[in-house]
Amino acid sequence: MSALGTDIGIIAPEFIVAIGAMALMMLGVFMGDRSQKLLSYLAIALFTIAGAIALMGQGRSVAFNGGFIADGFARFAKMLVLGGAVFVLIMGQSYVDRQKMNRFEFPILVVFSVLGMMLMASAGDFLTLYLSMELQSLALYVLAAFDRDNLRSTEAGLKYFVLGALSSGMMLYGISLIYGFAGTVTFAKVAMVVQTGGVSLGLLFGLVFLISGLAFKVSAVPFHMWTPDVYEGAPTPITAFFSASPKIAAMALFVRVMTGAFPDALDQWRQIIIFIAILSMVLGAVAAIGQNNIKRLMAYSSIANMGYILVGLASGTAQGVEGVLIYSAIYLVTNIGIFACILGMRRGGHMVENITDLAGLAQSRPGYAFVFSMLMFSLAGIPPLAGFFAKFYVFLAAIRAGLYPLAVIGVLASVVGAYYYLRIVKIIYFDEPAPELERDIGPSLSAIIAAAGVFTVFFMVGAAPLVSAAQAAAASLFP
Amino acid sequence: MGLGGWPILSIITFLPAVGALIILFAPGDAERAGHSARTIAFVVTLIDFLLSLLLWAKFETGTADFQFVESFNWLGSGITYKMGVDGISVLFVVLTALLMPICIVASEAIHTRLREYMIAFLMLETLMIGVFCALDLVVFYVFFEGGLIPMFLIIGVWGGPRRVYATFKFFLYTLLGSVLMLLAIMAIYWQTGTTDIAALLDGMHPIPVAMQPWLWFAFLASFAVKLPMWPVHTWLPDAHVEAPTAGSVILAGILLKMGGYGFLRFSLPMFPVASEQFAPLIFALSLIAIVYTSLVALAQEDMKKLIAYSSVAHMGLVSLGTFTFSHEGIDGAIFQMLSHGIVSGALFLCVGVIYDRMHTRLISAYGGLVDRMPAYAVCFMVFTLANVGLPGTSGFVGEFLTLLAAFRYNTWLAIVGTTGVILSAAYALWLYRRIIYGALEKSSLKAIADLSPREIAFLAPLVVITIALGVYPKPIFDVTRASVAHLVELHHQGAALAAPKVTEARP
Repeated sequence: MSALGTDIGIIAPEFIVAIGAMALMMLGVFMGDRSQKLLSYLAIALFTIAGAIALMGQGRSVAFNGGFIADGFARFAKMLVLGGAVFVLIMGQSYVDRQKMNRFEFPILVVFSVLGMMLMASAGDFLTLYLSMELQSLALYVLAAFDRDNLRSTEAGLKYFVLGALSSGMMLYGISLIYGFAGTVTFAKVAMVVQTGGVSLGLLFGLVFLISGLAFKVSAVPFHMWTPDVYEGAPTPITAFFSASPKIAAMALFVRVMTGAFPDALDQWRQIIIFIAILSMVLGAVAAIGQNNIKRLMAYSSIANMGYILVGLASGTAQGVEGVLIYSAIYLVTNIGIFACILGMRRGGHMVENITDLAGLAQSRPGYAFVFSMLMFSLAGIPPLAGFFAKFYVFLAAIRAGLYPLAVIGVLASVVGAYYYLRIVKIIYFDEPAPELERDIGPSLSAIIAAAGVFTVFFMVGAAPLVSAAQAAAASLFP
Repeated sequence: MGLGGWPILSIITFLPAVGALIILFAPGDAERAGHSARTIAFVVTLIDFLLSLLLWAKFETGTADFQFVESFNWLGSGITYKMGVDGISVLFVVLTALLMPICIVASEAIHTRLREYMIAFLMLETLMIGVFCALDLVVFYVFFEGGLIPMFLIIGVWGGPRRVYATFKFFLYTLLGSVLMLLAIMAIYWQTGTTDIAALLDGMHPIPVAMQPWLWFAFLASFAVKLPMWPVHTWLPDAHVEAPTAGSVILAGILLKMGGYGFLRFSLPMFPVASEQFAPLIFALSLIAIVYTSLVALAQEDMKKLIAYSSVAHMGLVSLGTFTFSHEGIDGAIFQMLSHGIVSGALFLCVGVIYDRMHTRLISAYGGLVDRMPAYAVCFMVFTLANVGLPGTSGFVGEFLTLLAAFRYNTWLAIVGTTGVILSAAYALWLYRRIIYGALEKSSLKAIADLSPREIAFLAPLVVITIALGVYPKPIFDVTRASVAHLVELHHQGAALAAPKVTEARP
């Protein structure tokens, strides 16, 4: 087979998604908005096929002269990204129907952004990094403003776009510095330059700008300002999507760049990561206390969660990456579950988003309330729920790496954070019932909520396969 | 593995959880389901108690080894699901299993959301028994922390007027202490390569002396909050006052014991040098707790609060006895914990009895109950005297042994510690006088009824146990002897190996 043929074989999953995206677009253009439902199902099928093909991949293979890496790490991240996207499409269906948002672009934009995310997980040089990230981001900007007659949604889209463009600019500037001082854009070759020549001042500047851009994408403090507004303004299924797949893809990219291109500059980038991890954990925990809008609260929660994932990255070891992957997987399921619960918050035909609307839910809807609270306990990191094991593995890595102050600050911040998760449990269980929420939330939402609940509560029983899969995936970054 | 091929510890631990699942899927409308929930919960906890008695009966008293051990791979990388009991932990399993059916019976006054109530209690039992059976640090931590969730809901949903404040305080205090212990567990894992408690205790995986103080303090943060020790005890009075009766019984009877158990299981044998080094700190905190909280108890006007403060004082004796590192002290501490579990639990039940009738816990609202409630007065008297530590009740044995050990360690320790016993007589007897004796003047009390058969059913066994253990404590010491001797030896070995200077100072 020719070199091109081999390369295309390696990127087969992305290739299929790309072709599929274009086919869906054609279909959408010809059939108009009534095809939205069909397109969503086709997109889900497309993701399933791409995921199955990606899963069949073995070992580590590199395509396009190092520009694309398919390894265990990328496969793990892609599974999470695809899984998140599938669930969001399922969850969003009833919402877009009800809110009259059923335009055919919705599933297509999701597919394009997922294509970007899959490439991000596999990026092997700075060009792939930048292009895949922009592909992902542009689709997401439009999605944020998808409810185009709604002022807050358009504001969210615009804000996200302006700040996203700024961060892209910073990152591009960083990449140009790295290219200028290393003479290459491939991660592996940059790593060799650093290994032989050390970290020159120019490289260091490039590294800092690069990290700034990536921190923006994962919404780590101090680049988090867009998150609450975008989360609150965007339509809820899209907020769910924002909180899940793009975060994980960006984090995968973050890990890939740091461990792939700058393994010998660990001491330099670790300081920055520790700094932004601490800020994210603390700010996420403290700022969420005053929030009454549940989507806004979840925005701060995701800032804090990114801080915890960065703790895993800060350790810079295979254990740390293992922690990042386990955390991402658990975070993904928990968040999907919570947003499914939020999508179920309807009263009198309207979505409600205030946490006081949940008051006394335990009395009218015990099952729904139980899962909602368990997901909150899980985010707070209380054993035996899934969220505990997420935190367990990142802090385990941090302790191994000797990052004691970081670990201590992290767990203390988690206690502060527990307060606002508990506040929601308190509203659900202890408060006097508010007017009842609509009972009919549809079978797909109920199924997702139930599945997330089962995963969260029974994670400890079946944790071993996920742990060993993450271990294997992390090992592929440290040959 | 297990008992006769059965994983008996896992069965005892998870049987209540299975019961909770049955209740969850029990059919019927709210009222019927609530009623059947009560029955199911009682039957399940009773079976669990019988199983724990079987465990006690089959327990080999001659060895300090862990028994009924079961283990299988759990998370990989050396973190296994491992269960087992020795002479220190087996009796706490029995105590937990004993108090649970009593709590279920004593929850007659609960009518709102009965199903959830029973589920919360059954889950709590699973998590509490798990704490005492766990032989892996991570498994231990999961059970230890997991208990917060049901307790948070029990206080918050079925508690008194200030329940939200109390339950948040309880949860956040305990969590804050525990997360530091979690980091210490991770450090132990990386240092020794295992989280298997039995392996860590066999002396083959000593923890470096330089690390011990840090780890010791991290564990202390958790256990001191749980025990609770002065000055981190302030969550306890709030939680006790607001919790429903059964919640208070469990808090005082079991949850507090986890702190003392933690000291015995981890702090002493795993960090022997640090334990020796910081024993004076523990003594100081214990003595302050004994004297100060006894004085505070004297000033209380709320019955539950008074008993809560008396719990803090009694737990002070436990930490005092534990850190004398002697056979008597540790035996006394274990006995004191078991006895206090029964006595303070029973006292809270007694408060619950009159609270259900009068709906107030203010001491001043009562007086002269002996006229109308003679049987109640007798039960309350037995538990009050046991709380004081009168010879012939179970309270005496533990207090005597801990103070004996303290006396051998340092006379002043015993002198200050003994004042706590005197003060406890003062507040407990005064409480008894104000509630039971005096003239029955209050018109609201004129029609108060004596114990119902149901109440006699749950108080009588506790009366019998309190007196039986006071007269004949040997069955307890038979079980603990070998393990305590092993623990003392292990501790002194560790301390001697690492820091010979410290042990020379003592005979």
